[in-house]
Amino acid sequence: MIDLLIPAIISCIVAFVVVFVMTPPLIKILEKRNFAVKDMNKKEDVMVVRPGGPAIIAGIIASEIVLYAFLQMNEILAILITTTAAFLIGYVDDRKVMGGWFKPVALAIAAIPIIALGAYDSDLAFPLFGTVQIPALYLALIIFMIPITGNTINSIDVLNGVASGFMVIASFSLSICLFIIQNYEIAIVSLPLGFVSLAFYKYHKIPSKIFPGDSGALTLGAMYGAIAIVGGVEIIAAVALLPAVINSFLFLSSVKRVVEHRQIKGKPVEHTEDFRLKATDDKKAPVTLVRLILAGGPMSEKQVAFAIFKLAIFSGILAVFTAFMMGVSL
Amino acid sequence: MKSDLFVFLFAMWGLIIVGGGIVVTLLGPITISGFGEFDWFIASVIKAVIALVLVVIWILILSKLKNWIFKKEIKL
Repeated sequence: MIDLLIPAIISCIVAFVVVFVMTPPLIKILEKRNFAVKDMNKKEDVMVVRPGGPAIIAGIIASEIVLYAFLQMNEILAILITTTAAFLIGYVDDRKVMGGWFKPVALAIAAIPIIALGAYDSDLAFPLFGTVQIPALYLALIIFMIPITGNTINSIDVLNGVASGFMVIASFSLSICLFIIQNYEIAIVSLPLGFVSLAFYKYHKIPSKIFPGDSGALTLGAMYGAIAIVGGVEIIAAVALLPAVINSFLFLSSVKRVVEHRQIKGKPVEHTEDFRLKATDDKKAPVTLVRLILAGGPMSEKQVAFAIFKLAIFSGILAVFTAFMMGVSL
Repeated sequence: MKSDLFVFLFAMWGLIIVGGGIVVTLLGPITISGFGEFDWFIASVIKAVIALVLVVIWILILSKLKNWIFKKEIKL
């Protein structure tokens, strides 16, 4: 454990510093090229640049290379390749509008390096009840996991700071859980994800200076999914991600098909005169997490973001409980 | 924010724990013999079908739970 301390500290510093230092020049470059979109939740015409994915992936690659230099684990390579592939898929979607099925299918392909490098254990561990061996079924689970986590984080990227702030909470919860179940090496491999998200949150929080874009959100989500698989903590990871899972579940169960947000006709949320957010009564609009939060009455964008963070902290606590329950057998 | 979302989150967590128990209890003991080298393949197919049925049941329960907890909000 002690011998892992130095690589852990160095990789966390590298992850944080690379994103923290790289994002301001990236913002300037994107401003010069006019890669900006209107922030829909601001009264004035505020333009925000995107995507922040290049800074995020740079932080992840740099920190994971540091870890690989120390630990030389196949698991690190698998996480790195899958995450980089997810970034490229997101970057294509940032530059060119792709169909609704592009991201899920491409992300499923991005999961293949995890299988090819054998960086997984096909036993699925459940709290209280032990493990179940599902060798063939587990391969399908890997293929599905990366598109699910990638798109889940992407779908929660709806307000300033939410995707990165949510990832800070979820990924640190997952790291704590990995320490609890004594999977120290993967716990350390997972730490850079939290630090990368934290550094990006500095620029993404209200009022956003940059949006992560699909490249940023898919990178964060795919890395989270890859860590869950190589760490053998699929169930714990799902618990820590529950608010985002609920958002995707509500969305899919109301629209009843896989569809891009831009293809949705009804608006789930509108603005009051003082530009607070309020739920619409549009029957065609999808039910989303934000819409349910706003069902109690109008709130500011910041209040909604903090409501989502409260839910993320609650599910993080449930994830920690679940990790402790992994050690208990009925 | 109303507490309904926390209740739904907690219920979802409970469903995951219970669902996990059912998966381990049902899928764990399944072994097939008598088909030679295809034993593992047939066992995997059976496990996959049962797992899919369980996932569908899990989603249906979750849908009912969602409608029940967010009765008022979903109508908006």
